[in-house]
Amino acid sequence: MIKVDHIWKSFNNQTVLKDISVEFKKGKTNLIIGQSGSGKTVLLKSIVGLLDIDKGEVKYDDVVYSKLDFRKKKEIRKKIGMLFQGSALFDSSTVEENVIYPLNMFTNMSYEEKRERANFCLNRVNILNANHLYPSEISGGMQKRVAIARAIALNPEYLFCDEPDSGLDPITTLRINNLIKEITDEFNTITIVNTHDMNSVMEFGEKIIFIHMGQKWWEGTNKDILHSENEKLNDFVFANHMAKRLKQIKRI
Amino acid sequence: MQFFYHFGRYFILLTKVFSKPEKSKIYYNQTLKELISLGVNSIGIVIIISVFTGAVITLQTAYNTENPFYPRYLIGLMARDTIILEFSSTMVGLILAGKIGSSIASEIGTMRITEQIDALEIMGVNSASYLILPKIIASVLFNPLLTMISIAIGVFGGWIAGTVTGVVSSEDYIYGIQFAFIPFYVTYALIKTVFYAFIITSVSSYYGYFVRGGALEVGRSSTKAVVYSCILILLSDVILTQLLLS
Ligand SMILES: Nc1ncnc2c1ncn2[C@@H]1O[C@H](COP(=O)(O)OP(=O)(O)O)[C@@H](O)[C@H]1O
Ligand SMILES: [Mg+2]
Repeated sequence: MIKVDHIWKSFNNQTVLKDISVEFKKGKTNLIIGQSGSGKTVLLKSIVGLLDIDKGEVKYDDVVYSKLDFRKKKEIRKKIGMLFQGSALFDSSTVEENVIYPLNMFTNMSYEEKRERANFCLNRVNILNANHLYPSEISGGMQKRVAIARAIALNPEYLFCDEPDSGLDPITTLRINNLIKEITDEFNTITIVNTHDMNSVMEFGEKIIFIHMGQKWWEGTNKDILHSENEKLNDFVFANHMAKRLKQIKRI
Repeated sequence: MQFFYHFGRYFILLTKVFSKPEKSKIYYNQTLKELISLGVNSIGIVIIISVFTGAVITLQTAYNTENPFYPRYLIGLMARDTIILEFSSTMVGLILAGKIGSSIASEIGTMRITEQIDALEIMGVNSASYLILPKIIASVLFNPLLTMISIAIGVFGGWIAGTVTGVVSSEDYIYGIQFAFIPFYVTYALIKTVFYAFIITSVSSYYGYFVRGGALEVGRSSTKAVVYSCILILLSDVILTQLLLS
């Protein structure tokens, strides 16, 4: 379980996260939704410890992670897989080297074992025959999948995805979303996904939190969303006219 | 205020850079890569600049001393000392700040804005140390060699210009470059080079490491990296000269 307890984060004099508390449980896909600029990425990076929070704490099971130093944090980082918004593959390394990278850092496997593991992960995300290509030589959707392969290389217990659907066409988005869902079930991870894509929300939001201007504005499931009376949430979710009509019809 | 902010953050970054490396083998490989990309790849530009500047320095010295009372070999001596004392260390340092500094700042800056640095951190890598230390080590080791090459090529360029134009004979020039030679001048040039190498790599890395935004900001920060490296090089030139030659 990950427990976020009253956290605050500001940059210079702009307060980005205001008193956010939330719990995430095992084997579930949790979504963080909100407009761009609302603080989703900052929240995700605060949870994984890429940003230091000002107040409050982040707990992984019983460990107060946000208070550990760099070396102690590594114990938990080993169990974290993260998919960044732009994939963040190392562009001077090949696809295979990218997936091997975390294995170099955290294990003492032999080179053969590492290659085997990397190939297993690449197969899992359906990347075949691209081992020796560089990130710039493959499509955006493939980059995302390679990044997922890299994120699962160490059998993570926690999987974080920052806007996995950004910059992808609807069909590729669907594929990536399904992949994340499958991996969550297979690896029994706590998965936390940032998104502003409504298809993903309706598809796989077992738990959703809605962030608005740095505050947690709403929390619930994808089914709850349809009945929610929260004005800001409705404005966000049913942003276009057609969706608004649909919701009205459904209410009647 | 701004100054103290940058100054403080720069030193905090340096303490991160110099904290104990975790997997030394990976650092070793990175350092080899940087020796090639920062060092070996700069040999060409250093040779081209040194041969021409050596030639110009010799010609200028010759035309400024067209007095029959001056022995001609003084041209060789003065060209040599100018090249060693100022050109091959400081001028080459400034040129390398342009070449290496901008490439370091844009490489690290791009890694920052595309979140590759975050990806490293998530994998438990001390990104500051992993990205910056190999560059500092490679330059501090290799730039003295570049300075030596520059001195040799510069003096050679002077010989070509002097003899081809006939302002000084080959014998006079060669006699001049050996006359009253002070070996400490070379040491002084090499000491300066080491400081400059450190300034260029660490300052440029600093500007790359803390970029926020997009491609535009990466471009801006690499300009800043070059400008501030140059200013600091010139400033330390004054200080080191006072300390070492007075
Ligand atoms: N490192 C930083 N320094 C200063 N401001 C930041 C930083 N990271 C994010 N911000 C600001 O925090 C706010 C929220 O950003 P972010 O979490 O990226 O939004 P999003 O919900 O689109 O992911 C933005 O206004 C952004 O400018
Ligand atoms: Mg974001």
